[in-house]
Amino acid sequence: MIAQILANGLLLGGLYAAIAAGFSLVWGVLNIINLLHGSFIVLGAYGAFFLHTAAGVSPFAAAPAVGALMFPLAYALQTMVINRVVDRPVLITLTLTFGLNLILNNLMLLAFKADYRKVVLDPPLGILDLGAIVLPVDRLVATACSLLLVLALWSLLRLTRIGRAIVAVRMDRDAAALMGIDVRATYALTFALAASLAAAAGCLLAPLFPISPVASATYLGKAFVICVLGGLGSVPGVVVGGFALGVMESLGALSLGPEHAGTLAFLLLLLLLLVRPSGLLGRRGFD
Amino acid sequence: MRGLLLPLLSGVALLAAAAFATLAGDAYALRLATTLCLYIGLASSWNVIGGFAGYPSFATAAFFGIGAYAGSVLQAGYGVAAPLAWLSGGIVAALLAAGLGYCILHLRGHYFAIASLVVADVLREVANSWISLTNGGMGISLPLLSIGVEDQARLYFWVFGAVAALSVAAAWLVDRGRLGFALRCVEQNETAALMLGVDTRRAKRAALVLSSLAPGIMGAVYASWVSYIDPTDAFDVLLSVKPIIMALLGGVGTVAGPVFGAAAFLALEELFWRNLLELHEGALGLLVVLLVLFLPGGIRLVRPRRLLAFRPLAKPGRTP
Amino acid sequence: MTPALSDASSTVFRDPPLLELRGATRRFGGILALNDVSLSIGKGEVVGLIGPNGAGKTTFVNVVSGLVRPDAGQVLLEGRRIDGLPADRIARGGIARTFQVVQPFPRMSAIDNVAVGAMFAGGIGDPAAARHEARELLAFVGLESVQDRPAAALTLADRKRLEFAKSLAMKPRFLMLDEVNAGLNAAELDSALELVARVAGTGITILLIEHLMKVVRRACPRTVVLHQGRVLADGPTAEILADPRVVDAYLGVRDRARRPGIEPRRDLA
Repeated sequence: MIAQILANGLLLGGLYAAIAAGFSLVWGVLNIINLLHGSFIVLGAYGAFFLHTAAGVSPFAAAPAVGALMFPLAYALQTMVINRVVDRPVLITLTLTFGLNLILNNLMLLAFKADYRKVVLDPPLGILDLGAIVLPVDRLVATACSLLLVLALWSLLRLTRIGRAIVAVRMDRDAAALMGIDVRATYALTFALAASLAAAAGCLLAPLFPISPVASATYLGKAFVICVLGGLGSVPGVVVGGFALGVMESLGALSLGPEHAGTLAFLLLLLLLLVRPSGLLGRRGFD
Repeated sequence: MRGLLLPLLSGVALLAAAAFATLAGDAYALRLATTLCLYIGLASSWNVIGGFAGYPSFATAAFFGIGAYAGSVLQAGYGVAAPLAWLSGGIVAALLAAGLGYCILHLRGHYFAIASLVVADVLREVANSWISLTNGGMGISLPLLSIGVEDQARLYFWVFGAVAALSVAAAWLVDRGRLGFALRCVEQNETAALMLGVDTRRAKRAALVLSSLAPGIMGAVYASWVSYIDPTDAFDVLLSVKPIIMALLGGVGTVAGPVFGAAAFLALEELFWRNLLELHEGALGLLVVLLVLFLPGGIRLVRPRRLLAFRPLAKPGRTP
Repeated sequence: MTPALSDASSTVFRDPPLLELRGATRRFGGILALNDVSLSIGKGEVVGLIGPNGAGKTTFVNVVSGLVRPDAGQVLLEGRRIDGLPADRIARGGIARTFQVVQPFPRMSAIDNVAVGAMFAGGIGDPAAARHEARELLAFVGLESVQDRPAAALTLADRKRLEFAKSLAMKPRFLMLDEVNAGLNAAELDSALELVARVAGTGITILLIEHLMKVVRRACPRTVVLHQGRVLADGPTAEILADPRVVDAYLGVRDRARRPGIEPRRDLA
């Protein structure tokens, strides 16, 4: 019983890592809380949905393509709009992304309507019976893909020039600028990368959870909680935070009933902010 | 002079609106004027913590919602008289703010914003789940007052108007007094404020409590006004965001800014996107984006002397 | 290294010293920024605190003013412990400081900047009265011509004087001036030291944190040298500056052997 709950939690947590990675990246590097993040995820899920219904593409295969589609859109949004206020106080940047999210969410409501949709895999992937625990294969695949995405982000940040530039800007923007890094372009790259990741994560969620513009707030909330749990701006932190939230949610769903899992997460967030505002892992560089 | 002139002007404007609304006897105008008072109260209150102290609070919905629920539960469940229930709404909100003050005011920037934002979410879930008290998602229907429909509409206007006037007056007093000084110090350089002997913790707590009173009362009155509340309405995140937009419109951190901002916001809401129906929220979002990008200092109607003098608008003296 | 108070009156020994540190220690990560610092300063003294960069001078100021808590040891103001108190209470208790990097309220006028100190620590509750007091102090430090400008619009030298006026408005008993003279030219330095002397004349105890030896030599009868978080020497300034250990540590002879390319600063002595 406990093993099953833990397994469920870990599967969920792996997905959460991908949900939160981009959000954490933007927060850490741009010092902006991107309230659009949840909507990016939902947009990605719709992408997977339409690719699936129109061309029968598996959502897992669609993830890279949808992510790549998202990249130029987000890049343009950052260079044309967000970069203009990126250095302003929290109130301004937060209000701006709130406004942008209202627009995007409204457009999605108009285009897709509020009713829930879901990608139904045909044939279903079935379950993996390990005796003590039973794992749905679709979840297993989604979690594996999600962790792959996070791993890809991590290697990109560690191994590529662009990644090092992003890390440098996060550590010390002014010093990075002095070293010849184009900070504005790095911001745009970071934002676009994060949005692509969000959209790809959305694809992975498409066969598991109902798709609706209404869900964006939930995903955003989870990204918040994971960032605070795992500490801001580190990839391992996101993974740890994701697993922690996943396990706690499945334990909470068991003891309090599934409808309170979300509240539990928020209460946890408040509690954490009181005790350890910098997260369980503390504040570290994005490495 | 600046300090005296602006609230005076706002007061006159309010009175004019009041006279117009009551004299005209037009239900639509009266509802509009009542909403204006609600907005002024919320924006002015937010400005004390968000503008003066510079702490980006998203807790207005929490204060409004808990006030609405306190008032509704007391009236519907315990038969408490409406005025007492309304006041209790303010008191409960202030208690929440006082508690929150000890918990989240040591956070800065994004962390404070998020913590304050989450409070409303938690309370909404509590309201949803504590069915024995709040009737859960079914909401609470409130007893109607035993007076005529028109008298009732007028009454609610005056109540909202009084609370709005009180919150503007409170903001004005704070701005002129020691607390305002302390809060401006907090906003501009909290460490330096500490070093000069400013008890920043107490000042911030006072600001948060002050910013909760009017929303709490107004939440309770609002519940009576519309005679029904449910968790989704009472703790709507837009209740937290709209006052910020109003303050941004009029000028954050000034006494008159939120008043004018509330009026401007209501005008936009009525003229443009009330008719847009499905695009309502998108249009609101567009307003926010344009406002933040192009009018970061607000519409700058906040300095009538400057307007009268027809001097070119200087660079914004304060960044919100 | 006993405190040299030979020129002070004997009352200093009967009353508790104005400020006393007992074994104050503060660690940042693996670095001991303050290492078992014990020190007492009597009423009315003007003491210089010198040391090379990273010696712990600013940590000392931060610990005394309550911005940073000591990990161990005690800080006493007139015999009462103040370590662990909130910084604003310490400020109201009579300890004022300036910051090495000036910390004005950028969008407030110079007057209001100073009035804050008068209002919240100087015992003048009424804003109008505090502004009146602020005006006088701005005149005292020579800023009357820019008193209505926002602090952000002042020159660096003026902002340093503004810091000074802010701390004076607090009517402190103990005033720590953290490198108020850094970055000033010779004429500005002269007038700054003149101000320090005049303030000392009113009976305020002063700790002058300095990088420049010539400044302490001119302004302070007694000097304390911090080196690697410890009190290296403490006594009459002339003796201290002649102490070979101080010269060694200060000019970084040993350091220089390890870090070639770093020359001792010529303006130090």
